Formats: sequence, structure tokens, C-alpha cells
Amino acid sequence: MSSGAPPIVVIKDLNKSYRRGTQIIPVLNSITFSIDEGEFLALMGPSGSGKSTLLNLIAGIDKPDSGLVSVGGVDITSLNEAELARWRAANVGFIFQFYNLLPVLTAYENVELPLLLTPLSRRERREHVETALQVVNLTDRMDHYPGQLSGGQQQRVAIARAIVPDPEILVADEPTGDLDKTSAKEILELMERLVHELGKTIIMVTHDPRAAEKAHIVRNLEKGVLNNVHS
Amino acid sequence: MFILKLLIRNAFRHKLRTALTVVGVAIAIIAFGLLRTLVGVWYMGAERSSATRLVARNAISLIFPLPISYKERISQVQGVKEVSYGNWFGGIYIDEKHFFANYAVEPKTYLDLYPEIVLPPAEKTAFIRDRKGCIVGQKLADRYGWKIGDIITLRGTIFPGQWEFVLRGIYRGAEKSTEERALLFHWDYLNETLRKTAPQRADQVGFYMIGVANPDLAAQVAVEVDAMFKNSLAETMTETERAFHMGFIAMTSAIVVAIQIVSYVVIAIIMIVAANTMAMTARERIAEYATLKTLGFGAFHIAAIVFGESLFIAMTGGLLGVLLTFPGADWIETELSQYFPSFSVSPSTVYLDLLASLMIGAVAGVFPTWRGATIRIAEGLRRIG
Repeated sequence: MSSGAPPIVVIKDLNKSYRRGTQIIPVLNSITFSIDEGEFLALMGPSGSGKSTLLNLIAGIDKPDSGLVSVGGVDITSLNEAELARWRAANVGFIFQFYNLLPVLTAYENVELPLLLTPLSRRERREHVETALQVVNLTDRMDHYPGQLSGGQQQRVAIARAIVPDPEILVADEPTGDLDKTSAKEILELMERLVHELGKTIIMVTHDPRAAEKAHIVRNLEKGVLNNVHS
Repeated sequence: MFILKLLIRNAFRHKLRTALTVVGVAIAIIAFGLLRTLVGVWYMGAERSSATRLVARNAISLIFPLPISYKERISQVQGVKEVSYGNWFGGIYIDEKHFFANYAVEPKTYLDLYPEIVLPPAEKTAFIRDRKGCIVGQKLADRYGWKIGDIITLRGTIFPGQWEFVLRGIYRGAEKSTEERALLFHWDYLNETLRKTAPQRADQVGFYMIGVANPDLAAQVAVEVDAMFKNSLAETMTETERAFHMGFIAMTSAIVVAIQIVSYVVIAIIMIVAANTMAMTARERIAEYATLKTLGFGAFHIAAIVFGESLFIAMTGGLLGVLLTFPGADWIETELSQYFPSFSVSPSTVYLDLLASLMIGAVAGVFPTWRGATIRIAEGLRRIG
């Protein structure tokens, strides 16, 4: 997938550990790798291997103990909480295993959420939201609440919310983990389309080998170490 | 706008829980408001006191009388405009359950000193002219359906016997706090009867009401009146009408303090209940707050959503409570009219109610707000399912 352009994500010598009481538990050990723009990367590994932690560090929702995380040329480890929040809002789209939609907001309102932090007018926001819902083929359900949608539909709303601010990268943590086979297939096809048609970079954590098959590159993380690559 | 929309929708997410909390706050506010009103009623006598009226009574105790002869001497003290006098009669109508205040007074001077007793001129004249006449407040007349000309019989307790009065006037209070549940009749009628039945008790009064030209003279007049009767058989104690009423209140101060404490305890209890509800709510929504933070919303946004919801629920309950306090107070005023001359919710009680509601919301919201605003995203996102 390399096009000669600099990688969109650069990770160098990344370390992360957690403290449990007096005990320090290392999670990531000297991780170094990069992700090219437009790449669909799957991170696999057993539970507790540090996949989600690595994803959180790339997405700027957690801080490493040491090392560099550069996304789109920005060293996000040097940003403070407020700067990180602004950076995330503009540059990262999130897709969660359990969709994480707000149940009291309609599909439209959920998708609109990231745009509320932008200076866009109400009319402009509406255009963006409708476009995002068209991409996930859910314009007819925009006034439905999450509780009125199936799991697959909820995840499509979550994807629309992730792409609506037009971020550089999308991070997905087990996006098919809570879905039946058919819905999971639809979601993976949609994610493929986001890469191929919209040129998005996707980093996906998954346990599901069928999901990983859709990725361009699969990296295995075991005991905090990235130990092999499948392309 | 988004925050307002979200906090209101969140508030109605668990309808039963929210409804119970709102009702709980409303009941607490009603209880608080009624108890505060009760304390206010306790002080009502003092509140409606005039700064230009003094009360002189026997220095030993209120139950001991003063000679009627003091009137002329008091009238001569510089600064005294008018002197009236009277006795607490303590008569009972029908039976003890039908209690209302009744006094024997010198009618002309008494009505002069109490301009808040508003009586039609014809009724006033009729009352002054008729030695067996009496006047009653409108609320008392309404309670018993009395009309002008009716005969009212009281059974004397301090002054034994059956006492008959002809109703000559029905007065209204110039102010809402004016007592409209009292009966006033001629002190002369009482005195003339005593001269026949108990001559040793005649020509004595329970109190003197002294009208002064202006409030600045009150202290000086009180000192001079008391000095005048120093070392006599019946020394006086003269004080402002307000101090006189406060003396009565001081006798029951323990009850007033207890009522005040109970009113605060009620608020404290509902604060704890509301805090528990909000803590539960915030705990359930930690993942949502983490999601919002992930999307770029800051701690301030989360704090506004959580704290706003707490305030919204508490203020909804508070407003409902304030609205229901009024019919509650009306009911008490009607049903317990023999104990409370008036049971009106004052504006200050309404402000206190609203302040208490605000405090319930604020205190209940502090911990969940802090928790929601400071949650680490990675930790919050793990709280799913």
C-alpha cells in the first residue's frame, strides 16, 4: 500500500504499563511501527495483549509512559488534555464494539455530535450528517433512537458519527464483536468501502479472523510485543 | 442548547426514578415551607407590632393586675399620645376546642391605637355606644356565621360566669397579618360586673397600651413610666409591643428551635436521597461521558450535563413543592384556624424554598459531576454492557 508518502501514523519505542496497587504491569514494550495513509490495519492478539491499549494511544485517549506517537505529523504525546480533545475531534473517528451511541438522541443527533464542537452552521451540519448517513445507507432511519435500531444499524450510525467530521484516521475496537454474522459482514464491507472510496485509514482491533481478512495488514500483538506481520 | 436538550432528555430517561425523586424533593420542600411558615406565624405577633406602641404590665408577672388609676398618671408622661387598657378575658365559646382570643378593652382609645383594626364607622359608633357590645374579626365571624346583632355568649374562666355580648361590628385587618380571629368587648362591662360579683378584682387592668408620638420616644417613655411606679405595690414593666410579644415567643423558644431543626433535617435527608439518585445515574452513564470525551467534549461539557440534570430535577421538585405549599397552607389555615390566626406563606419562605431546592440539586450533583468530569476515557469506555 506504500505510495512513497510519509506514513500517517508513526510509533517509536512505545511503552505503556499500568499500576495495580504497588504492582506495575507492563502492557506495551518498545513498540515501533508505522501505518501508511489509506491503509486498513488489523491488530490481533489474545485478550490482555495490549491491542486496545495500543489503539487508545494512537487515538489520543490514553498517554504512554514513553515513546513517540505521531499522527499526521503531530506528536500527540506532547499535547495536553484540552489540545488532545480538540485534536481527536478533528482527526480521529471512533467505532466501538458496543456502538456507544447516546440512547436519548436520535440517529441524526448522534451523528451530529462531533460537529457540535465545530463552527459549522446548523444547515451545514445537516448537510454533513445527511451525507454521512447516506454513506452508511441509513437516511431513512435518521429520526430513530438507538433502541429502535438493530445492532448492525446502530453500528452503521456509529460509523456515520465517526466519519462525519472527515477525520484522517478511523479507529475501531472490535467493531463486529457484538454483531451477528450477517451484520458483521455488512459492517466490514462498509469499512472496506471507507478505505477504497473515501481513502480513510482504519486501525481495527479484532479477535475475529474473518474481520482481519478484510484488512490490508494484520499485526499480532502478544504480551505487549508486536511480533509478526501478515500482508 | 445541546447540553440543555441532553440533560432534560437524560432526566426523563428513567421516568419512575426521576418522578420519585421529584416527588421526594417536592414533599421535602412542602414540609420545609410549611415548617418555615409555622415559625413565621410564631413571630407574627412581633412582626405586626407597632414601633409607637408600648405595653405596660405588672413587673412581677402578666397574671398580676395594675390599678386603673395608673391611666391618668401614664397619660401625663411626656411623649405619651394616648393610653388604652384591657384584660385578657380568656372566655370559652361552646367548649375548649372553639378557642379564640378575647379581650376586654377600653374601646375608643384601643381602636385609636390600633388603626389596623378596620371597622365601618357606623359599626364603630355602635360598638362604642353599647356597653354590652363587642366586635369580632371577619374570619371569626365567618367561622361561626355571626351577623351584626347576634348574641354571643362566652363562659368566663378567669372571670367566672356566662357573659353575653351583642355583636356590633365585624372588623377587617388593614394588613394580612392582622389578627381577624379575636373578640373585643368593653372593659367597663367587665369592671361593672366585677364590682358586683368580685369587688376585690374590680378597677384593675391586665395591661396598658401606651401610644407614643414617635418611635424615638419609646425607650424614654418606658423608663419614665416604670420609674413613676417604682417601689409601689404594683410596679410596672413597660416595653415595646414587639419586645412584649418576643417575651411570649422566648417562653416557647425551644419549640421554635425544634421546628427549625426539623425543617433543616428534612432538607438534609432529601439531599442525601437525591445525591444517591444522582450518583447512581452518573455511575450508569460513565461510558457515555467517556464517549462524549472521546468525541472531543471537555470536562466542562460533562460537568454541565451532570450538574444541570441534578439542578433540573431538584428545581422541578422544588417548584412543584412551592406550588403545593400554598394549598397546604390554606388547608392548615382553614382546618386549624383556632390555633393559627393566619397561615400565609411569605415571599421569604418561597425564596428559602427555592434556595433549598437549588442547594439540594447542587449538593446532589457535586460528586457525580466531579466523577463524570474527571473520568479517564479509557477507564470509562471499559464500563460498557
